[in-house]
Parts: sequence; structure tokens; C-alpha cells
Amino acid sequence: MSILVNKNTRVVVQGITGRDGSFHTEQMLKYGTQVVAGVTPGKGGNTVHGVPVFNTVEEAVARTKANTSVTFVPAKFAVGAVYEAIDVGVELVVCITEGIPALEMVKIMGYLKNKNCRLIGPNCPGLISPGEAKVGILPGHIFKPGNIGVISRSGTLTYEIVDNITRAGLGQSTCIGIGGDSIIGTKFIDCLELFARDPQTQAVVLVGEIGGRDEQDTAEYIKKEFKKPVFGFIAGKTAPADKRMGHAGAIISGTSGTAAEKIKAFESAGIRVGETPAGVARLLKESL
Amino acid sequence: MLPLSKNLTPEKEATLKIHEYQAKELFKKYGIPVPKEKVCHNLDEVQKAAQEIGIPCVIKAQVMVGGRGKAGGIKIAKSQEQVKEFGQAILGMEIKGLEVKKVLVSEAVAIGSEAYLGIIVDRTQKQVVVMACKEGGVEIEEIARQRPEAINKVYADPVLGLLPHRARKVGLFLYSEPKVAFECASIAEKLYKLFIELDASLVEINPLVLDKSGKLVALDAKINFDDNGLYRHPDIEAMRDRSSEDENELLARERDLSYVRLNGNIGCVVNGAGLAMATMDLVKYYGAEPANFLDIGGSSSPQKVMNALEILLKDKNVKVIFFNIFGGITRCDDVANGILAAKEKLNIQQPIVARLTGTNEDKAMGILKEAGLIFASSMEQGAKKAIEVLKGV
Repeated sequence: MSILVNKNTRVVVQGITGRDGSFHTEQMLKYGTQVVAGVTPGKGGNTVHGVPVFNTVEEAVARTKANTSVTFVPAKFAVGAVYEAIDVGVELVVCITEGIPALEMVKIMGYLKNKNCRLIGPNCPGLISPGEAKVGILPGHIFKPGNIGVISRSGTLTYEIVDNITRAGLGQSTCIGIGGDSIIGTKFIDCLELFARDPQTQAVVLVGEIGGRDEQDTAEYIKKEFKKPVFGFIAGKTAPADKRMGHAGAIISGTSGTAAEKIKAFESAGIRVGETPAGVARLLKESL
Repeated sequence: MLPLSKNLTPEKEATLKIHEYQAKELFKKYGIPVPKEKVCHNLDEVQKAAQEIGIPCVIKAQVMVGGRGKAGGIKIAKSQEQVKEFGQAILGMEIKGLEVKKVLVSEAVAIGSEAYLGIIVDRTQKQVVVMACKEGGVEIEEIARQRPEAINKVYADPVLGLLPHRARKVGLFLYSEPKVAFECASIAEKLYKLFIELDASLVEINPLVLDKSGKLVALDAKINFDDNGLYRHPDIEAMRDRSSEDENELLARERDLSYVRLNGNIGCVVNGAGLAMATMDLVKYYGAEPANFLDIGGSSSPQKVMNALEILLKDKNVKVIFFNIFGGITRCDDVANGILAAKEKLNIQQPIVARLTGTNEDKAMGILKEAGLIFASSMEQGAKKAIEVLKGV
């Protein structure tokens, strides 16, 4: 087993005819993901890498039974694309797009309440259950099926850490890039709740960074109710205050949201924190 | 009411900042009361403004740093002579490295009491929250940390906005006199409207003053904006004070790169923000100081690598360049071509340590074989080599 995506996941790609949408559709297909439909308004009737394109998500879902959407739509239109997918009743919406205004995310989160739909992202690399399916832009070849769950606010740093884990001979159940923005659909805790119930997952790695207090909240949750071993890494120990470090959510305000604060919270919850990305894999290897 | 998040810490998001005088112009547009005041660029203007507004008046330095008062950037002038004296002293003075080019000449308000009123996006609740505190002129983050119970939080509904009864709750928390409380509620509603319509990430009235005649007035004003919302507010983007931002950081933004200057000697070029931070941390972990944060982004073309190196090299402290690329969407051969082109065109003298892994790394190695680079097979090794080279330089 794995969480959120697996062999039976049926993906509709929103923005499939764009440069990124088309490229990653091909990559997802190569990985073995069931990409069953694409959507670009006005381009219905075409195909991209053999995948039929529809004008609306509604039509795509009706014809192909897609249950998961991944959005490669530019920021200006991504908000509309996310609402469209939620409206049609897609179970999982993965928004890769970077640059969505925080207040639009506040509205989307309000709209999502009481709906049976989960949003991952925005500003994320997507997720992968190695050997089963990948939904997003993660480079498939570095992953290996196994028992480690990975949750991360970052993209390439996740790859770096996963690559080290794989090289250490350990595989992953599911890796989720939850996104680098300040308001995101699915947080560390949401993923941990799913990993707690997944028998395949025996340990979890959390890749956090400066900004906000999500890691601190997560540490409290782990202390109280998460039983599997957890390992961590926090990026941004050398980041100066009040400067945005690339990600919209990666900013230390005054003395809050610092790496030191987060590492302390992790450690107090019994999470073993790697000093370096390779160090995380070493810790895993030692204790599993 | 929604459950309040226990440990809410106010966040100042990623962000365009504007000056107090600009924020107050926006306040006026939204009907939020501000003192009578005028922005001035030279002593002449200051003296004229003081006559118009009346003496005593307050002269306030317009620089985007905290602690202006302590630095001597805010003075009350009680006579013509003092207007001249303080105007001269404040214009041109330096506060935390920033030159004061503008001052605000403001009516001296007879302060009855001071409070705090602010709005942010609560990352934990994923909602907009109005915060009020009976103490004005305070650092709200400190209060949130030490005495969170002193801050009253009221959430806005994501769809319905700040409902009138919740706005009244804000007013009644701050003021017992109903007339004043409801006036405050109206200010909170206007402030919320401004926040939403302009894609702000933070608005603060600190202090909100109840003057001796019983009127509320925003004595200071602060507005930060969400970078991601700026595309739909060209008028706000136009308010950006380029002189108060780092030149290289501005140039990087124009070129679609993220760059933050630091104080070390090892220049880092990385794809992805998280990995870029981890790379800086690693340099520090092995005993040196990173010169910068630099994320060249996802699909990096050779040109983008050139642009990045150009910005990096404007920092004369950079003695060694460390490339840490984990190729996914980013192709290592693109990066390699960029390095080659930059070496030629920019005449790079600094040694380059390169760790390029992932998509097309073999091609990249072929391209760079003769380029005189120092190669590393992991980021740990790369950081160590960069430091060795630095010590040898």
C-alpha cells in the first residue's frame, strides 16, 4: 500500500497542451502513471502523447473516470482550474503552479471545506508512490519502492534527500511535496495522519524549512499521537531574518520561524534531525 | 466563532514594503482617519508644510526600518527654529544604513490612549485574522510570544469577509465607550477592505490613537504586499522604493531569479529554494560562510545561468563559486553550457566547484571536461572542496 496515489489512480492533466504540461505528461506516462485525460479549454478533440484532450474537466471525468487532477496552468488561471477540478468532484487536486496570491488560497481553502476533495500544493513538485504512480514533476528514477514516507515543503531538496535514502538501500512508500507557499492545501499533519494508517510505511522523513510554525505544530502532534519513527531536516539555518528565500512561505519574521526553533521543536518530539541532507539517510540507515 | 489557534504568531509574509506616507495615502483612500500631514523632500518644503499644518508638529523620517524614533528619526518641533533644526538633522541622516530622503511633517496629535490594530493571513488557520491589542506602539510579535492573551483575534470568513458583528467585537475589545468602539469597528472594516482589495500580506495601525477630543486616528501606518498578488496591482508595484532595496536583488527579480546577499565568500548557485538554503547551511556547517542565496529555478537555460553568475560576481567578496545542481527539470548540460559561456564572456577568475547530478549529467561532464573546474560527486564533497579552495586562495 501507499497513500494518496497508486496504480489505480486515474489522472487528468489540466493545461496538458502547454510546454510543461505536455513534457510532464510524457514523463508520468513513462513512469507508468495512468494519465487518462487532459484539459485545455478550446483544445478539446486533440491528443497529447496519445492522451485525449477535453475542453472541460467535467467532460474529461465523465468520459475517462479520472479521479485525480494535476494542474500545470499558469498562476493567473490556476485558481480557476483548481475550482473547476473541485467542482467536478475530483478526489485529489495537485497544483504544481507557483505564484498564486495567498488571499486566493484563503478563498480556495474556504471553498474546500465540507467537500470530499484534497488539495496538494500549490507551488509543489507533486507526489509519487514509487513503482506505482507519480503525479507531478518529480524525477522518477531516484525513487525506489520501500517503507519510508517522505513529506517536504521543497522540490529539489526532497530529491537530494530521497536520492541519499535510495543510495543507502532504503525505499519509499509515498513522497509528497506539499509546497513552498504560506497557505497550502495539505500540511505535514494531514499527511502524517494518512501515513499512520498505512501499513507499508514504517518511518517518516519530514523536510521542513524556515517560515511559519507548521513544523512546530507537527512536532506537537507527533508527541501526542504519531507512533512511527520520524526523521527530519530543516533548511535555512543560515537564512537572514525578514528576507524571502525563494519560496513565498520561506521567511523568518523577527525571531519566529527560524530553523533553530523548528529543530528544537522536532527534537523535543523525539524526531531525529539530520545535520545535512546525507545525514538524514545515515540516521535512517542506523536506526532501521 | 472559529476556534482560535493557540500559538498564532503573526507572520510578515514575503513581501513588498512601502513607506508610512504611502501607506497613509492608501488609508485616506479607504476612509481611515490619519493626521493632517505632508511628505517633504527638502528643508524648504518642511518649513512650508509646518506652517500649513501648524506648530507644534512632528517630523518623521521615511525609511523602511523599525526603531526610527530611537534612532532620532522622529521629533516633535515646538517652534519655527525647531522645525528648521530637526528638519535639517533628519533629512539626510542615516538610519540602519538607509539615508533619509523624505520626511513626513505631521500634525501633533494630543494622545489620549494608544492601541494596536493589524491584519494578517494566519497560516495555521488558513484565514485572514484581525488582531487588536490595548497597548499601542508595541512590537506585536513580542507580545504574541510573551503574552498571547493580550491579543484579541477575530477571523474573517473566507467568503463572507469580516462580518459586522465580528468587527464590532474588535472595537469593543479595545474601547468601552460604544461610540468609540463602533468607530473602531468601522476602521477595522475599512482596513480589511484595503487588505483584501490590494492583496496585502500585513496591515498595521500601530499606534491607533484615541485623541483628547475623542477621535480615532492612525498615527502610524504599515502595509506589506504579497509578491504573488502584485501582477494585478501595477499601481502598488509602482510604489516600490528601489533605493531601499539591494540593487542585485532587484536585478535578480527582473531576471526571474531569487537572490539574497549574505556576507561570506562562497558564492552558491543552486536550482530550487530548499536546496539553495540547504547548500548555504552546508557551507556554514563545514566552517565557511556562504556569500548568498541564489535559486536559478526549474527549467534553467544557459542564459539564465549566465545572468545568475553576472549577479553573483557583482559581490566582490565572492572568492569561490559553488554550483550545486540536482537535475530534474533542470538539465545539467544547460547549466554546463551556461558556465562555459559565462566563463568566457564574464572573464571569471574565481575557481568554480561544480556538483552537477541528474538529468544529462554525463553530457555536462563532457562539456566541462576542459573548462578547468573542480568537480564533486555529492553536495557534501562539493562544499568541502569549495572550502579547501577558499583556504588556498
